[in-house]
Amino acid sequence: MQIKESSTMYDVIIVGSGAGGGMATKILADSGLKVAVVEAGPYFDPKDPEQMTQLKWPWESPRRGASTVRPFGDFDSAYGGWDIDGEPYTNKDGSNFRWFRSRMLGGRTNHWGRIALRFGPRDFKRKNEDGLGDNWPIGYEDVRPYYDKVDKLIGVFGTNEGLPNDPDGFFLPPPKPRLHELFYIKGARKSNIPVYPSRLSILTKMINQDRGICFYCAQCSRACMVYADFSAQTCLIIPAQKNGGQIDLFLNAMVREVTTDEEGKATGVSYINKEDRKEYKLKGKVVVLAASACSSARILLNSKSSQHPNGLGNSSDIVGKYLHDSTGASRAAFIPDLMNRKVSYNEDGVGGMHVYSPWWGDNKKLGFPRGYHIEVWGGMGMPNYGFGFNPNEFNKFFGTKVGGYGYGLKDDVKRYYGSVLGFGGRGESIAMKKNYCEIDLTKVDEFGIPVLRFQYKWSDHEHKQVKHMQDTFEELVHNMGGEALGAKPTKEQNYGISPPGWIIHEVGTTRMGNDPKTSVVNKFQQLHDTKNVFIVDAGPFVSQADKNPTWTILALSWRTSDYIVEQLKQQNI
Amino acid sequence: MDRRKSIKSIVLGGAAAGLAVHGCKPEAGANDEQTVALPEYNHKYGRTPKEKELILELEAEQFFNGHELETIAVLSGLILPVSATFGSATDAGVPDFIEFMAKDIPETQTTLRGGLMWLDHKCNTEFGTEFKSTAERQQKQILDAIAYPDINVPEAERPLAIQFFSVMRNLTLTGYYTSEVGIADLGYKGNTPNVWDGVPEDVLKQHGVAYEKEWLAKCVDQSKRGVMAEWDDTGNLLT
Repeated sequence: MQIKESSTMYDVIIVGSGAGGGMATKILADSGLKVAVVEAGPYFDPKDPEQMTQLKWPWESPRRGASTVRPFGDFDSAYGGWDIDGEPYTNKDGSNFRWFRSRMLGGRTNHWGRIALRFGPRDFKRKNEDGLGDNWPIGYEDVRPYYDKVDKLIGVFGTNEGLPNDPDGFFLPPPKPRLHELFYIKGARKSNIPVYPSRLSILTKMINQDRGICFYCAQCSRACMVYADFSAQTCLIIPAQKNGGQIDLFLNAMVREVTTDEEGKATGVSYINKEDRKEYKLKGKVVVLAASACSSARILLNSKSSQHPNGLGNSSDIVGKYLHDSTGASRAAFIPDLMNRKVSYNEDGVGGMHVYSPWWGDNKKLGFPRGYHIEVWGGMGMPNYGFGFNPNEFNKFFGTKVGGYGYGLKDDVKRYYGSVLGFGGRGESIAMKKNYCEIDLTKVDEFGIPVLRFQYKWSDHEHKQVKHMQDTFEELVHNMGGEALGAKPTKEQNYGISPPGWIIHEVGTTRMGNDPKTSVVNKFQQLHDTKNVFIVDAGPFVSQADKNPTWTILALSWRTSDYIVEQLKQQNI
Repeated sequence: MDRRKSIKSIVLGGAAAGLAVHGCKPEAGANDEQTVALPEYNHKYGRTPKEKELILELEAEQFFNGHELETIAVLSGLILPVSATFGSATDAGVPDFIEFMAKDIPETQTTLRGGLMWLDHKCNTEFGTEFKSTAERQQKQILDAIAYPDINVPEAERPLAIQFFSVMRNLTLTGYYTSEVGIADLGYKGNTPNVWDGVPEDVLKQHGVAYEKEWLAKCVDQSKRGVMAEWDDTGNLLT
């Protein structure tokens, strides 16, 4: 079989269509460049009735929304998960990294929590404070103009609070708190934990004519049919196409490697078309990798040639190293004061929390580095598979009988409906060289591409931080007069820390730096080794902050795209 | 005729909808040889082709036999009986849902099927008849012994009959409250476009909380949600 080569010469080939790839597509196509976008999954548009899950009722799913097929439930929009048939990965030495992939146009931005937090000035220079990890070669002031532009282009609600490390921005006004969130505010204040309106990429107000305004169905994880929340294709790729951009979409196209010439310069990519299972090649002047931190590392490591025997961009042997995800822990509680609720109103609200607590602690007084933020959930949500399980378990808190059958069960369900409140802690872990992904030469995926093998262990830093989360959650529950559910995770259970990869904030595999010996890309996310290859996903993150990475991916992708346009004009690449 | 195989081949052939074929009824009965309409694929909630195929396959399979399904109907009717205003679990289609879930999550199959068998055995031993056809008073007598678990014993360590009843109750309740009638019964008002403008005053009072003026001042003025956002240079919203 001969590899089929396209004769078209693209200015830029972008691999991946999530946050980073979507932004690069928008900026580069708007600049008049001829762009190929190569995506491993199918076309996806949340307003297409054939693909829509928003505003469906649980009974429209024969499994009533159970997570048998899609890991976040039958109505979640992600095509993929931590395990995908035919696309394995492995772990070594007992590590348990979990790798979530979403194979579709827009990638994981279709179901993400829309939590859109800027990194603050301290987040780029943490080594200065605790000596751990590394500083970024850039600072907040370098990224700030792009955060501003992202706020205005895409939209995010929130409030300007003048906080030192949670910067102000150009916010849309936030929604009012829901009932359980008022309880959270009260409870948190008793412990001097600050609470602010959350910052989510959801339109509470009009920002342009192409996108709708939130109609408060709480279903951002299903992707929005009126484009009132941020997904990469609805807000970036489709608008760029409408704007007359020269964009060729290659769908169901799994990139194998970046191709290079005798001088070691990138010439394009090769990919496997999932439909005919044949290999193709595309030619481009510039290659932009945005396949996700681990996928981009995999592509680089698989791009071996005589000029790049250790993989493309990997003369430093750093590709794949410093992999890190957010720490995560959770707890839920029963709040008796939230019992016997009136169901007279619709309290769906936006998808996700209306209030949150950014990190408030002073690490100098604590036994661990870096912080975390608290996310809150609860309320009278739509029943889904699992609703009504153990309907009167909370009777135990009143000393009455648990179990039974008959008329009383319906009363129990109504009595306790909306009385559970939960917390998620999302914290910053320390990037470490010994946590990494590499190529597992013993296995290929169904497209014949060597797969990734992970090695990842949390350290004491993360365990201590998560212990602090658990202690805080208990204190909050107590403040709200509630009863924590389940047993508090013990030291032996590592305080309930999520397995790495579980929070889906994995970053750091192609980190940014000034020194080509210790980093993969420079401060414009350009490979030190190969000037016409850039990485615009979260691979270049030196550290991840206790902030969700999407807003920073978007800002940095825009910054890099501007740089590419300029470099092409100056004929430097 | 291997029902599953034949349907599978039709499904893979891509012409499943609305076909009528000669098949064997899953429940062996008087009219074994008759024309049955295959279930049309009618779950329009954004499935990928592969996901559709799986649903059709699962629907074409039959796990519980007729007697088991009838027992499930009786049992779920006892768990959630018909009330003056709303129908029973059976009216809400709970037995069909449990049939589907047993195939969708096969790990539950032995507990469910074995538990049903236990129920009949127990009833036969005590009252000389199967569970589904014994008097309600006797059915309840059996349930009373398995419906109230000792909460100090972890779930996996409870006797099977008690575990079985918990699974049945959970599936019955979740099946009911995720059905159209169950959601109406619960009174859930969402899953429809609306404009959220805070918790109603009477609800705030009932739960002893209130909004703070300073907080509300930051929140969206819903009368201006359709007005284009504009900011000054420092990020103050002007509109």
